[in-house]
Amino acid sequence: MTETNKFKKVGSLVLASSLVMGALAGCGAKNEGDTATGGDSGKSSGGDTIKIGANLELSGPVASYGSSIGQGAELAVKEINDAGGIDGKKIELVKLDNKSENAESVAQAMKLATQEKVVAMLSPATSGNTIATVQIANEQKIPTIGAAATAPNVTINEDGSLNDYAFRTCFIDPFQGTVAANFAVDELDSKNVAIFADNASDYAKGLAASFKETIAEKGGKVVAEEAYVAKDTDFKTTLTRIKAAKPDFIFIPGYYEEVGLIVKQARELGIDVPLMGADGWDSPKLVELAGADALNKTYITNHYSAEDPDKKIQDFVTAFKKEYSDKSPDAFNALGYDSVYFLKDAIERAGSTDGEAIKKALEETKDLTLVTGTFSVDENHNPVKTATVLEFVDGKQKFNSKVNP
Amino acid sequence: MEWIQQLINGISIGSIYALIALGYTMVYGIIKLINFAHGDVFMVGAFIGFYAIAKWEMNFFAALLLAMMLCAVFGVIIERVAYKRLRNSTRIAALITAIGVSLLIEYTVVFFRGAQLESYPKTIENKTITILGAQIGTHSILILSVSIGLMILLQFIVQKTKIGKAMRAVSHDADAARLMGINVDNTISATFAIGSSLAGAAGVIFGLYYTKIDPFMGVIPGLKAFIAAVLGGIGIIPGAMVGGMLLGVVETVVSALGFSLWRDAAAFIILILILVFKPEGIFGKNAREKV
Repeated sequence: MTETNKFKKVGSLVLASSLVMGALAGCGAKNEGDTATGGDSGKSSGGDTIKIGANLELSGPVASYGSSIGQGAELAVKEINDAGGIDGKKIELVKLDNKSENAESVAQAMKLATQEKVVAMLSPATSGNTIATVQIANEQKIPTIGAAATAPNVTINEDGSLNDYAFRTCFIDPFQGTVAANFAVDELDSKNVAIFADNASDYAKGLAASFKETIAEKGGKVVAEEAYVAKDTDFKTTLTRIKAAKPDFIFIPGYYEEVGLIVKQARELGIDVPLMGADGWDSPKLVELAGADALNKTYITNHYSAEDPDKKIQDFVTAFKKEYSDKSPDAFNALGYDSVYFLKDAIERAGSTDGEAIKKALEETKDLTLVTGTFSVDENHNPVKTATVLEFVDGKQKFNSKVNP
Repeated sequence: MEWIQQLINGISIGSIYALIALGYTMVYGIIKLINFAHGDVFMVGAFIGFYAIAKWEMNFFAALLLAMMLCAVFGVIIERVAYKRLRNSTRIAALITAIGVSLLIEYTVVFFRGAQLESYPKTIENKTITILGAQIGTHSILILSVSIGLMILLQFIVQKTKIGKAMRAVSHDADAARLMGINVDNTISATFAIGSSLAGAAGVIFGLYYTKIDPFMGVIPGLKAFIAAVLGGIGIIPGAMVGGMLLGVVETVVSALGFSLWRDAAAFIILILILVFKPEGIFGKNAREKV
């Protein structure tokens, strides 16, 4: 998720901002016409349906992410409508394709807000595309929920101010560092840990920082802290240094390209302690690069696992398989599904489809149990929720445990 | 024990630099051209080896030979198409052309297969041997022995064969060599062929050792090998070998001291220091510039 965002962000921001201007200019005239015909309650959809927009990557390079969120969301909408809807009103999901582009995401968000008049939106799958739409959500006072937008700056701007109408269902990137630290100390009983982080990525640095902080709180010790730069191929020297510090756990936040080689070379050097990373590891290429043997005793954090024995999850898996010809739901499916229920809960509590009321209710969400964990929303609009730890066993990801924040 | 381990790490990476550096130094020795496309021949060699092993199911040594042969042909084509007609133009023109050729090769590969990485199939099992507390993979031993074997073969070709004699003669004075009846064009092509085949071999063993290959993998090793060649004395074959090994070890020492993020910077600092203080390199004689 974050990787695509990284590539596209810079180039597309310029494009996106110019498009916003265009879109705003284009819509200006039209909006005036709308107000005349009772656009004063612009955000509440009339009749007996509640319109929810979904601005998703249905085509383009990350189409699989967006489509998965869409599938999950549609299943949730179907279930809610079958059960009688929200306060007797059916939900209508308006799904638009943003072609995996920032500029198109902005245009579709604008369309959802001004033409479709949705009460809330599901924002695009990648953080970059979501960030592009946040401004519109704020201006139009339409709560937008990122199912899988994990970058911290989706809800919080660089200057620390809050994006009032931006929410998310997934945990943020650095949170995975906290989870890894908890897992290392509580589950694996590790006290002397090492960190080997990608120095060229904010994602990895954020994870490393939160991991270090939590380890210190838990009374653990960081015996070695080393860094590498993306695109390196030789890690043996640094790994030899780490080995000499005798850690009993190594945290390696980064992306699969380098991590695959790091895991392989670590095992070649006889480092057989548990290694752990985050969702940046999650790629079939990792297994090819590192080899299935080397990956034994390595762990990653993720949003959810379809193998989790929890009843709520198994019910979801069964329902999903029934709906989508036996496809096992992935994390995006689950997050898309949860996003709709997250919203439903808020609309019910708000008792209204007014944007501000829904926003307030979303902020007040507490102990809501969903498929990807029980969560409460914190002051930065981030969910505080459980994370799932997966273990690689002979090259396959297996459910290991759930770790509370 | 940590230091023995680090030394082995350094020599392993150094022998790959050395193999690539040989091609740089041979080409420079004969036509005074820094062939920046050399790192990309290395990349092409890695890909040929990859397809040979993964798609055509050849064994490692057959793939190595195939990559060497195809890279030799590839090197000659580059020379005939891009460099030959520039032989009498300024050196800067040839240098810029070399950079152009380098980018052309990289992006042609990207055009045909995309920029995504590929992971090398595991043809030879990597066992770990423990010597004096240091872990040595059989892969490290393999790359070291293949590199040394190829270097010995190269020394033999250059010193003992007729074509080697012709190369040395052309390198010394191309015009005089031509007057003595040596076919200069063919000799230069042969130099490119041998240099490129060594780069191809380096590509295949790099793939085996590091697993990950991609279309831009040649850029950094290419530059490092260039530094290695300058360090040893550009144009001097034993210099390239020693320079490569030395650079590998220096980089390892820098990382081992905890400055891993400075590793690449250290290599380039060496280049600057060498060029400032001893531009002829470790093995170089302070020769007069021929006018």
